[in-house]
Amino acid sequence: MDNLIQYLISSLSLGGLYALMTLGLVVVYGILRLINFAYGELVMVAGYGLLLFGNTTLAWPIVALLSIAVAVVAAVVMERVAFRPVRFASASTMLITSFAVSTLLQNTTLLAISPRPQAVRLPSFFVESVAIGGLRFRVVDLASLTVSIVALVLLSILLRRTTIGLALRAAADDFTMTRLLGVRANHIISAAFAISGLLAGIVAIFWVGRSSLVEPAIGLQPVLIAFIASVVGGMENLKGAVLGGYLLGFLTVGLQTWLPQALLDYRNAVLFGIVIVILLLRPEGLIRPAYSRERR
Amino acid sequence: MNAPGRRSPLAQVAVTAAVLCAGLIAIAVLTSLVGDRVFERVTTVLLISVVLTVALQLFMGNSGLSSFGHIGFMAIGAYSSLWFTLSPDEKNVTLPDMPPEWPMYGWQTPYLPAILLAGGVAALVGALLGVALVRLRGASFTIATFAFLIIVHSVALQWEPMTRGSRTVFGIPELTTIWWALGAALIAVIAALLFKESSLGLRLRAARDDEDAAASLGVHITWVRWVAWVLSVFITGAAGALWGHFITTFSPTAFYISQTFLIVAMLIIGGAGSVSGAVTGAVVVALSSEWLRRLEGWLNTQRADQTTLGQLIPIELRGFAEIVIAIAMILVLILRPSGIMGGREIGSPRFGRAVGPHPNPSPTAVGEGLPPRPAHRETPPSGGGG
Repeated sequence: MDNLIQYLISSLSLGGLYALMTLGLVVVYGILRLINFAYGELVMVAGYGLLLFGNTTLAWPIVALLSIAVAVVAAVVMERVAFRPVRFASASTMLITSFAVSTLLQNTTLLAISPRPQAVRLPSFFVESVAIGGLRFRVVDLASLTVSIVALVLLSILLRRTTIGLALRAAADDFTMTRLLGVRANHIISAAFAISGLLAGIVAIFWVGRSSLVEPAIGLQPVLIAFIASVVGGMENLKGAVLGGYLLGFLTVGLQTWLPQALLDYRNAVLFGIVIVILLLRPEGLIRPAYSRERR
Repeated sequence: MNAPGRRSPLAQVAVTAAVLCAGLIAIAVLTSLVGDRVFERVTTVLLISVVLTVALQLFMGNSGLSSFGHIGFMAIGAYSSLWFTLSPDEKNVTLPDMPPEWPMYGWQTPYLPAILLAGGVAALVGALLGVALVRLRGASFTIATFAFLIIVHSVALQWEPMTRGSRTVFGIPELTTIWWALGAALIAVIAALLFKESSLGLRLRAARDDEDAAASLGVHITWVRWVAWVLSVFITGAAGALWGHFITTFSPTAFYISQTFLIVAMLIIGGAGSVSGAVTGAVVVALSSEWLRRLEGWLNTQRADQTTLGQLIPIELRGFAEIVIAIAMILVLILRPSGIMGGREIGSPRFGRAVGPHPNPSPTAVGEGLPPRPAHRETPPSGGGG
């Protein structure tokens, strides 16, 4: 029973983080049909924000907010500079552009800062653990669990209750029609990228917090996770992204707990094998988009 | 079809093949005349890059689908060629974890069959994977190929008996000379040109331009895609064998994302729509990245020596070449989506005409100037509908 609770907490904590990563990718894909390879670099940018601002005398909550802000700005600039000019090109062209942007940002960091991992100053609660009812939990797990749920709730309020949220949902449903009804494409796409950057920033704090290290390639793992979870959950669908993220969290913690060590080495191969199988059986993911239901 | 004064498709292929092959032969012959060892290594790598890029073009250019998984097949080719070229004694050194009772332990063939067998192993894996892959479209296809790259990487890191795991394999005989690389490049170029104009290539390009129309005219889309995929993967595997027996020491990290970026950049910068574009892109990118790396090294020595110029450089330069190539690639995608060659072959009659950036941002597939498509919403990109 105790094991089960601990498993649930770890899974929910990791799953929440994965859900945020996936949402950041899907919120852009839903509108632009762009699979943003450079999404991981937004996590990296925020991670380096933590490193740079962390070396100043600023209080840690301000450091965290500034790092998230850096990721938001980076996301909006990225869209303006690289993706807006190819917006009307094919999906493959945009995908390849984002691949180039990713390489560009990674190598620029490598050149400008350092290719080696660097230690980030984090508040002490990241490494502490607390005892609740005889069970020990890592504070960072509880924090990421709480933050991810709060972020998901706030995001869903934003999407349901505000004008920009309504426009975002409408654009994801039918972008052409939304534009015909007078919503500005540039605004809506910038907003989507800003949300993507925001989520990447939040993810970065906990992702960097797991190892206290930041390096140029730190964004690779989050982007891979977001790929898997979005394919599993359905690329079209924000609910699917959340579902896919949590599912993957439970699966990852489960595999880590119960898989024998010999097979654990092949975990990446197994996970990506699952991706290919799901793409084959259910190309639209677990939750199908509305229009494909209508067509069937 | 042919207006008076125009060349027939086969004549165009012949002209293109002649020009491209003459260019590649000239590069190789000039290099060997100079006789500089370092220069010869650069040219050999360049020619192998031509093979890889042309193989990628064969699939991406004709099918319109982007593969990020080809370097995985290069890895399969490079590792599996070791089973065929090394004697059991050499395997003890290079792949010390391979149990002697495994059948491949005793295999040894001359180099040419080994290259073909390595390509065959890659093609076999590709053929099986391809059955599933060719049913996917657009972004799903690309993610699936990328997933394959990660699977190959992860297996190569762990499968110690076959690959020596994450450690570097060494002691591979250096069998690839500049002439082997040249021969492979010539064969790849001619094969890709012939494939493009073959009935199969035409059907595949028809499916690329309009899937529904092609299907309604009786094109068996998954079949033509599969054949192109297997052929492309075969050439990539063979190129992997050539590369492995040139570089002689490598580890799984050699076949991962940065290498994938490089060949995709070569193809996009040259223009994915034509074989001429693939060759041009490979030559331009290989030479400029080599030159940039040297510039980077030279600047770093200047900095270390604290010369007048060196004092201006605040940090040690690293990854300089990748940054420049990435910027070049983004600029090409924005300003000239069909690449340097504009998606045309050297031998095609329209070649040489001004083809500036598109006056209006019409939807273009990678590398090929396609007729405008309806807005992206009308075709579900993730394989639904159909």
